[in-house]
Amino acid sequence: MKWGVVRFPGSLDDNDAVWALAEVMGQEASILWHKDESLGGAECVMLPGGFSYGDYLRTGAIARFSPIMKSIEKFAADGGLVIGTCNGFQILCEAHLLPGALTRNRTLSFICERVHVRVENARTPFTRAMRQGDVLTLPIKHGEGLYVAPENELREMEERGQVLLRYVDAGGRESDAANPNGSMRAIAGVANERFNVFGLMPHPEHAVEEMLGGTDGRKIFQSILESLR
Amino acid sequence: MSDRPAGLPGEPAVDLAQAHAHGLSDQEFRAIEQLLGRTPTFTELGVFSVMWSEHCSYKSSRKHLRTLPQQGELVVQGPGENAGAIDVGDGWAAVFKIESHNHPSFVEPYQGAATGVGGILRDIFTMGARPIASMDSLKFGAFDHPRTRYLLGGVVGGIGGYGNCVGVPTVAGEVMFDAAYNGNILVNAFCLGLARAGELMSARARGAGNPLLYVGSATGRDGIHGASLLASAEFDASSEAKRPTVQVGDPFTEKLLIEACLEAAKTGAIVAIQDMGAAGLTSSSSEMAARGKLGVELDLDKVPLREPGLTPYEILLSESQERMLIVAERGREAELKAIFDKWDLHAVVIGEVIEDRRWRVRWRGQVVADIPVGALADEAPLYDRAQKPPAKVRQAPVRRAIANPEPRDALRALLDSPNAASKRWVFRQYDSIVQSNTVAGPGSDAAVLRIKRSRRGIALKVDSNPRACALDPYLGTIGVVVESARNVACAGARPGGITNCLNYGNPERPEIMWQFAEGVRGLADAARALGVPVVSGNVSFYNETEGRAIPPTPAIAMLGVFADVSAHMKQYFARPGDAIALVSTAKPSLAASEYEALFGADGAALAPIDLAREKALIEALVAGAERRLIRSAHDVSEGGLAVAISEACFNPQATLGADVDLAAHGLTGAVELFGEGASTVVISVADHDMEGASRLFAARSLGFRVIGRVTQQARLMLRPLIDEDLEELRAIYENALPRRLAGHD
Amino acid sequence: MQVKVFVTPRKGILDPQGRAVEQSLKSLGFKGASSVKIGKYIVFDVDAATAGAARAEVRRMCEQLLANPLIEDYTFEVEGE
Repeated sequence: MKWGVVRFPGSLDDNDAVWALAEVMGQEASILWHKDESLGGAECVMLPGGFSYGDYLRTGAIARFSPIMKSIEKFAADGGLVIGTCNGFQILCEAHLLPGALTRNRTLSFICERVHVRVENARTPFTRAMRQGDVLTLPIKHGEGLYVAPENELREMEERGQVLLRYVDAGGRESDAANPNGSMRAIAGVANERFNVFGLMPHPEHAVEEMLGGTDGRKIFQSILESLR
Repeated sequence: MSDRPAGLPGEPAVDLAQAHAHGLSDQEFRAIEQLLGRTPTFTELGVFSVMWSEHCSYKSSRKHLRTLPQQGELVVQGPGENAGAIDVGDGWAAVFKIESHNHPSFVEPYQGAATGVGGILRDIFTMGARPIASMDSLKFGAFDHPRTRYLLGGVVGGIGGYGNCVGVPTVAGEVMFDAAYNGNILVNAFCLGLARAGELMSARARGAGNPLLYVGSATGRDGIHGASLLASAEFDASSEAKRPTVQVGDPFTEKLLIEACLEAAKTGAIVAIQDMGAAGLTSSSSEMAARGKLGVELDLDKVPLREPGLTPYEILLSESQERMLIVAERGREAELKAIFDKWDLHAVVIGEVIEDRRWRVRWRGQVVADIPVGALADEAPLYDRAQKPPAKVRQAPVRRAIANPEPRDALRALLDSPNAASKRWVFRQYDSIVQSNTVAGPGSDAAVLRIKRSRRGIALKVDSNPRACALDPYLGTIGVVVESARNVACAGARPGGITNCLNYGNPERPEIMWQFAEGVRGLADAARALGVPVVSGNVSFYNETEGRAIPPTPAIAMLGVFADVSAHMKQYFARPGDAIALVSTAKPSLAASEYEALFGADGAALAPIDLAREKALIEALVAGAERRLIRSAHDVSEGGLAVAISEACFNPQATLGADVDLAAHGLTGAVELFGEGASTVVISVADHDMEGASRLFAARSLGFRVIGRVTQQARLMLRPLIDEDLEELRAIYENALPRRLAGHD
Repeated sequence: MQVKVFVTPRKGILDPQGRAVEQSLKSLGFKGASSVKIGKYIVFDVDAATAGAARAEVRRMCEQLLANPLIEDYTFEVEGE
């Protein structure tokens, strides 16, 4: 399967995503330069983590206007699968391909650690290789991961099952302590109404090798693979 | 021969007073006049003031640093270029260096620390190596000193802010709080890069007629006189007013610069490249010319400026960040410029290499500086400053009444003390996993990195021990080298190379110069005995405030090499039932320990060090890892044995326990339980590996005592003295910094 | 014409920076400080025939790029008004 990983000036986990997909999971993965309009025939487009444009003005605010985003918007409108991690999630929100916005962590500091997230909806292309209620261990590393959306919109998203991942403790329970950044309703990842665009703050590309700390990230990539078979 | 440079209208007269204002001594000013055959222009005076400053010229330290062992069969690059390099196998060279940014960080902690990280990164990628990991050694004043929280927050924020945005993981470090640093904090930044051996770039200019290409950010007034003013002078009451001279960094631009430079390096069109660090354009151009035994001509009108109206003095001395100077192959400038254009960075030809060994600068049609290249580099002053040992060679430790706490209370107090407690509050602000190489990150004895598509790996550790060095600058330094080597060995890596950051007070004071010389002697002796070359380093002098110097603080960063990184060892127990064993090379001591700092001194001397035994211990640990005979290995450091055993129980999956018979092994005294200094390692071994493991140590005449077992139940039983709930102890350990920093102290 | 744009967190959006600064001010003795919001101040020149045209253009800039209406409010001043 062909994957395209977008590189903006300041993208950081782009190489990590290509490594995870190509070297670890044996996929065909290539970098898509932000100034190009071609998606290279990718069947799934990934917007990786990092500090695109230095997070100037607002995280993701400038990257969303890159030439490649027009192609990605069309790709998504046509039903193509798009996944954005961390800065990628922020860009998708700024581009209105996902609802809501990501704001500064309530602790005001950058947090890098492994957290637990619970699968809230296993019937999507991004989560179908898992079961509802499964708890994954994935790393986060961000300063702006506090997810917000208007209250009525949040309610509708929950009803439709658009919240795909939620922060929980090791035992799978929600708690204030288990919410690393203060996200509303402890939301860690959401999908759009059509369920073809997914944004999450944790980094699945950093959880694909046992020696580096765990392999739960593979389950998300595996889900995408299965849905495109 | 050369045009006589013009002074510029409005410039002050150049005389002795002006020279003093620029930090130059009478003799130095006269030497300059002699080298030039005339009085320097104001611009030239500024140039000399930075190039001859302690920070740039190493005038007080060069003589001593030459005694360090720099050779070794794995050495790819020794001192002399921007960083050192070691062969780590499979065609890879590890390029690494550590540098100080102490004074700027005290003045403006966020930007001082951030630009410290930025600067050391550039020293690495200027060699053509992609930076893959960072570490920092930080020293702050007493925890409850009024400025400490502000400085701690600023420095950690700056390191994270810069390192995270530039995409280089911060994988290890050390943080210490001590009243000795109340007036002078230390921020030493380390960086490691990887390059294909044989593809390292050089900073040696070649080929008269080759153009000089300036790349990166525009030049502004940042840090003018940073090198000479901040790094080469003590603090006094007016230091706050010096705030404007601190440089401001932009990690986003640095990230672009890394990508552009590494791409440009592949073209083969770069003859030489150096970053513009201290004294920016001046040092990079003159040093590259000096190494190549050539000269350069610069045209300042071509330099991209951030604001109009900068004088030649300002352009030449600016320390604006994120700039590099490239000697390009003539005719290939456009090729290189295209790469920098793609990454939206300036790339402008600002001069050329010339045959004549002169450093010549033009501005608005006039020559404003014309200096023999050697005068700025090799012929900078070299001093053999006077040394004076104190009345007693080994400073007698202060005898204070010891509080004599119960062992369980001492353990709790140590686990709660900022120097021994978990530093998670610090390192969770750092991205430690970007680039997907981190096998073991912060919180381990040593960081472990894998090399992709290879079985090889690298271990990293930075260590220092100012309390021991204050007691004995020679023995204390040996202890630091040994400890850093032992830490990488506890991860299972073979020590391969050292880079050092030597932080001391005012070298013009004989007692301080003696401390420095003793420290270098200790570093040299220890490195030689362990067979580890010193490939790069940095010296920071003048760490004093109002005449009070910091204790001698050599920081040693050790790089270890794995033949097979999958054989790395973790520091925590893994399986209930495993045997817990101790290996020591000598008896510990309370001297210079955290216990002594908290409870008082018994006047003990530093533990002696037998370098042959230390080397043997390191070899046994490495062999134990390679043969997979040792389940875990943890070095005893702050807090002593009791703290080390507790830490070994803090397995990230679930807290384990330990059942140890102290009495049977004579470990019931405060010295045995909480002493530091002598090498002691807490090892866990599976029963079926016991014979093999014990033979590793016996074969090297190292004692190996099984003192207890790992238990499932999370209790710390150090019989008969301690029986504690380890979840409770773990909470104390993890909460020590957060509770103090949330204002709940 | 010179334009000054002020971008602040929308009411109801968590502003941890504003809260932290408010606490710092209070602990420094400035008990009278309250409702602190931390925002951005953006200054630039705009080419337009009239102030009205400038205002319309600046409004579009704010909606498109300078502020995220979901989480931020904005106001602006055009020089000469």
